[in-house]
Amino acid sequence: MKKLIGIILSAVMVMSLAACGGASQGTAQPGILVMATNAEFPPYEYHEGSRIVGIDAEIAAAIAEKMGCELVIEDIAFDSIIPEVVSAKADMGMAGMTVTEDRMQNVDFSTTYAVARQVVIVAEGSGITSLADLEGRVIGVQQGTTGDIYATDEFGDDFIERYSKGMEAVQALVQGKIDAVIIDNEPARVFVSENPGLIILDEAYADEEYAIAVRKGNTALLEAINNALEELKNDGTLDEIVSRYISTE
Amino acid sequence: MFDDFKAQFILNFVAEDRWRYLANGLLVTLKLTFFAVILGLVLGFGIAFVRNVHANTGKLKILDFLCGLYLTVIRGTPVVVQLMIIYFVIFGSVRIDKSLTAIIAFGLNSAAYQAEIFRSGIQSIPKGQMEAGRSLGFSYFQTMVNIIMPQAIKNVIPTLLNEVITLLKETSVAGYIALEDLTKGGDIIRSRTYSAFMPLLAVALIYLIMVIILEKLVKVIERRLKKNEK
Repeated sequence: MKKLIGIILSAVMVMSLAACGGASQGTAQPGILVMATNAEFPPYEYHEGSRIVGIDAEIAAAIAEKMGCELVIEDIAFDSIIPEVVSAKADMGMAGMTVTEDRMQNVDFSTTYAVARQVVIVAEGSGITSLADLEGRVIGVQQGTTGDIYATDEFGDDFIERYSKGMEAVQALVQGKIDAVIIDNEPARVFVSENPGLIILDEAYADEEYAIAVRKGNTALLEAINNALEELKNDGTLDEIVSRYISTE
Repeated sequence: MFDDFKAQFILNFVAEDRWRYLANGLLVTLKLTFFAVILGLVLGFGIAFVRNVHANTGKLKILDFLCGLYLTVIRGTPVVVQLMIIYFVIFGSVRIDKSLTAIIAFGLNSAAYQAEIFRSGIQSIPKGQMEAGRSLGFSYFQTMVNIIMPQAIKNVIPTLLNEVITLLKETSVAGYIALEDLTKGGDIIRSRTYSAFMPLLAVALIYLIMVIILEKLVKVIERRLKKNEK
């Protein structure tokens, strides 16, 4: 009996190894692609029922399929994603993450897979109609996002309130605790549609591009991801996933 | 190895004056703890008094019920949930100073624990003292104020200081309402430098030093109190 279990176990292991092309693809555990994300960021990643869904989650699933791996999604705080990747607890970080100089010193980025904008959400009738009006106002952000980093540089610490979730910053705005929220365009649209009385300024705060973060020097995985992304771009899967979540007006 | 350590240190604390996040955070943490303890002390003492009066004389029935309910609710829910309820629900649509919100939340929370400390202190005084006081012609309240309370308070001072230590560490959840305390200060550095080691260890070390100082204080006070008994 023990022997039989042994044989089955080793067979399963061999199969899973074969399925993901072995360790050569650079994942920490062969056959498993662990993605770290912060699933409070609709429509890129959010909880629906017991699952994490969204654009990033589906693209990651498609990448994992191309690589022949099983995808495991870990939901953690946004500012912990890069440390998670650096310490190899996760194979890749994918959370609507913009490529920045500072981040590139800690991780390698894949080719970009989406363009995004940082926008400003304000309450209707607040008197804030342009970026210039933000001076001296209290601005809510999600901690560690590019919105946080750019706004801290521009307006100073005293005017920035850092929430751990974008949703909480928006909630504080709805309750009149802060004057504006700077956050990525797509989640902003979701938040505004769910909270009457909020509007997005026409003027964008910053333009940026999303990419997938992997541990520095993990070229095997980076190549595997880039190849998969390339294929997904070419066969239209990427556009198809995006259009399913984001309606073009 | 050492160069790497030095580079990390500069990146996390020196570059862009990042140490300010820790320094300002420490001040916020100390401020929160101090005022929350004071609020908890006043409220906790009041609650303990009401509960004791009711237990001994049967008066203040409704007030005693409310205090009991308060203790059950506060001690039965996590402080971080209470903090968010106070910030996002009770002060739902007002722009209120976040430090004040946190002081109220931690003060209300600490009051429940301090009330129990005071109550145990009062109960530690033998019943015979109350009876002796009463038989000498003191009223219930006179006996409480002149005989029981001074001894009870003396007995609970070390335990109260331990509550201060607990509270100091509990305020580390203040970041949940975007208040930049010591823990949040470390988190902000972490979100800028993406290194976990230095900021977290620095934060831990600062808490540890504060707690060690407080513990020394407890020891000194305990010794003084003992000396006084001889």
